[in-house]
Amino acid sequence: MRENLHRFFRAARGAGVRVSPAESIDAMRAVASVGISDRGILRDTFLLTLAKTQDEKRALGECFDLFFDQPEPAAPAPENDNDEKPEASESEASQQPSAGSPAGQPTEGLGPLAQMLLSQDRSEIAAALANAASAASLSDIRYFTQRGIFSGRILDAMGIQRLRDDLDELTVSNPSLAERLTSMLDALRETVRDTVSQALLLYGREETENLRNEILRNAPLARIEPRQVEQMRRLIRQIARRLRERYSKPRKRQRRGHLDVRRTMRRNAAWGGIPFLTAWKRKHRDRPKIVALCDVSGSVAKVSDFFLLLIHSLHEVVDDVRSFAFSGHLIEVSDILESKSPEEAMAEIMSKVGFGSSDYGNSFDDFEREWMNSITQKTTVIVLGDARSNNLDPRADILRRIAERSKRLVWLNPEGRMAWGFGDSEMPRYATFCTVVRQCATAQQLERAVSDIVATYQ
Amino acid sequence: MAEQRAAASIEAVESGLAAQGYIASRQIATAVYLAQQIEKPILVEGPAGVGKTELAKAIAAWRGLKMIRLQCYEGLDEAKALYEWKYAKQLLYTQILKDKLGEVLGGAPTLEAALAQLHDFGDVFFSKEFVEPRPLLQALEQKAGCVLLIDEIDKSDAEFESLLLEILSDFQVTIPELGTVVAVAPPTVILTSNSERDLGDALKRRCLHLHIGFPEQKLEERIVESRVPGISQTLRKQMVGFIHELRTLDLKKQPSVSETIDWARVLVLLQASELGHEIVKDTLNVLLKYEADIEVALPQVSTFVAKASRHNVFG
Repeated sequence: MRENLHRFFRAARGAGVRVSPAESIDAMRAVASVGISDRGILRDTFLLTLAKTQDEKRALGECFDLFFDQPEPAAPAPENDNDEKPEASESEASQQPSAGSPAGQPTEGLGPLAQMLLSQDRSEIAAALANAASAASLSDIRYFTQRGIFSGRILDAMGIQRLRDDLDELTVSNPSLAERLTSMLDALRETVRDTVSQALLLYGREETENLRNEILRNAPLARIEPRQVEQMRRLIRQIARRLRERYSKPRKRQRRGHLDVRRTMRRNAAWGGIPFLTAWKRKHRDRPKIVALCDVSGSVAKVSDFFLLLIHSLHEVVDDVRSFAFSGHLIEVSDILESKSPEEAMAEIMSKVGFGSSDYGNSFDDFEREWMNSITQKTTVIVLGDARSNNLDPRADILRRIAERSKRLVWLNPEGRMAWGFGDSEMPRYATFCTVVRQCATAQQLERAVSDIVATYQ
Repeated sequence: MAEQRAAASIEAVESGLAAQGYIASRQIATAVYLAQQIEKPILVEGPAGVGKTELAKAIAAWRGLKMIRLQCYEGLDEAKALYEWKYAKQLLYTQILKDKLGEVLGGAPTLEAALAQLHDFGDVFFSKEFVEPRPLLQALEQKAGCVLLIDEIDKSDAEFESLLLEILSDFQVTIPELGTVVAVAPPTVILTSNSERDLGDALKRRCLHLHIGFPEQKLEERIVESRVPGISQTLRKQMVGFIHELRTLDLKKQPSVSETIDWARVLVLLQASELGHEIVKDTLNVLLKYEADIEVALPQVSTFVAKASRHNVFG
C-alpha cells in the first residue's frame, strides 16, 4: 500500500501539484486514519492534505481518477467472440473441457503465460501485468519516446519469449489453438500499450513539459512555428508571473540613522518639540516607468510581439508602461494592447504600422515631436529592433536627446552581435548613446533583459 | 466528554455539526475529522458568506469547547495577537515595593553587592503574572482545549503569518523572557481566508486545505431547511433554484449562502407561499449588494423564476 501511495505522490507531482515530503507524511497519516475502503473519502483526504490551491485540487482530482482507474486488463478478444456469436458462447463453455481434452496434452507443455492467457483468468492476468510493470519500473517512464522500450520490457517480464516458442510449436501441432493464442497475445499487447500510455500520462507529464519548455526557452523567437506560438505565449506568461513574484514585494525600507528632522518636529509638536517620537528618513523607491519603442517590421515583429506581451503582463511590478510600435512611422499602441487579446492586438498593430520597410530616423522623429515629454528622469526607455534602417538617415541625434532625458536607455537587438554594424545596421552608431545594448532573441534572453531593467529600480 | 466526541467517525462529525445547525458536505466533515485525527489546523478558503466562520462556531458548540477568535487586520502584531507585558502593573509594583527593595538592598555595602543581591531575586518583574495573554496565548492555556479561530488571515501582513508558524506546527509559542509555552491541550485551529492575497507556502504546508465553494442545490436546500424552519418546501426549492440560476450570471458579487438564508427569512416574513415575479423584484436587494448587479439581474428575473418553478414540478 505504501508503495502505491508513493507512486501516487509522484504522479501528483507530475500533474503539477507540489507535494513536499512533509505533506506526503501528513497524507499517509490521514489515509491511515480514514482507511482506504471508501474511494470518495480517500479522494477528499488527498485533496485536503496535498492540494493547497483550487487549481491544484482540480489537477489532483484528475490525477486521482486517472491513477485509480487502471485499464481493464482483460483480453478483449474473447469478449468479441462472445458478441459475435452469443448463442455459441454457452456451447463453447460446455465445449471447452471436451475441446480442451484433446488439446489438453499440448497445454501441459506450454509456458505459464500461455496457460494463463488460455485460462482467461482476468484477475490473474491483471496481477501478472502489474507485477511485470513494477519489475520493469514503469513509474520511471519520462518521455513519450520510451513507450516502446517499456512495453517490450513488460512483455519480456511476463515471459513473452516462452510464449513465442510455444506458438511456433503449436502452429505445427495444433493450429486452432495457436490461432486462439495469437489473438489473445494481440489483446495482451494492446492492454500493455494502454498501461504504458497511462503511466506516461501520470508520471511523464512534468518531464515532458520541462523538456519542451527548455527547448522553447532557447529557440529564436523570430523563427518559431505557428503551432508553437500558443505554447510560447504560455511560457511568456509563466516568465511574467515569475518576475512579478520576484519584484512585487513591498519595497518599504527605512534607512536607520538619518533623522528626518522635519517629520520629527511635526510629530512632536504636542510635546513642545521635545522629540519623544522619532521619524527616520526613508529611502524612496520608485516603481519602474517604461517607455518601449518596438520595431514591428519583418523578422523583428515576432520578438516585439512577445516582448510587448511580457511587458504588459507586469502590472504589479511596473507602474506605467507606454508602448509604441513603428516600422515606417510610429504610433502609440498601449491602449490596443490593454484592451484586446494578444492575438487581436497584434493583428491590429500590424495592420496599422506593419508591412513597411523600417525607417528608424523617421520613427524617432515622430516620437520626438509627439511624445518626448512622456520621458522623465525616472523612465527607462527600451528600444527593440535590429537597427537596420535601409540606409536612411538614422537620426542618432534624437536618440541622444532621449538618452539625456531618461534614466536609462536600453536597446534590445534580436540579431547576433556578429551582425551588428554590417550591411545597413546602424547599431554601433546608436550603441554609443545606450546605457545597455543586449542581444535578445530567445525567451530566456528576454526574461534576463526585462529582469535586469526592473531590478535597477529595486 | 469532549474527548469522546473527538474520536468519532466522519459520519459522527457530520451529524454532530448538523445538530448545531451546520449542514456540512462530506468534504467538510472529512476535513474536520482529519484535523482531529492528525492534529492539524484547517485552512478554509472560499468566497465570502459560505459559512467559513460558522464552521468554527459549530465545531466549538458541538464539542462543547470554548471558542477563541482572533480577527486579523492589517497591522496586527505580536502584542495584540500573542502576549504583552503589563507595563503599568510592572511600574506600580516597583513603586509599591520601593521600600521593600530598600530594605533588602540596605545591607549591601557596595554597589556590586547590591547588584548581586538583586540578581538573586530573579526576574520578578518578568514573570507570568505580568504577562497579558492575547488570543493565541489564551488558546494554548485552555486546559480543556478550545477552538481557535484565526479569521481572515489574508488581511494580516506577511510577517504575522510567519509568527503563526510555530503555533500551527507545534502548538507552542516562545516568549524570550519566559521560555516556551506549550499547549496544555492542543487546540483545534481553524484559519479562514478570502484569498485576498496568496498565503505563503510555509503556512499552507502546515494546514489541511479546505475549499468551501457554493453548495449544491440539494445541500443548500438542507441548509435553508435547518436555518429557516418556517419556510415551506415548495418555496424553498424555488428560491434555491432561483439563486443557482442567479449564480450563473456574471456578477460583481455572487449571492452566497448567508444571503440565501437572509432571503429565506425575508420571504417568510413577507409570508410568501410561492416565488413570484413581483416579490423577487422587491427583495432582490437582499441578494445583490451592488447596483450594477441588480441591473444585470433584473431583466432575467422572470425567466429564472419560471425556470425555478419548472424545476420544482419535475424535480
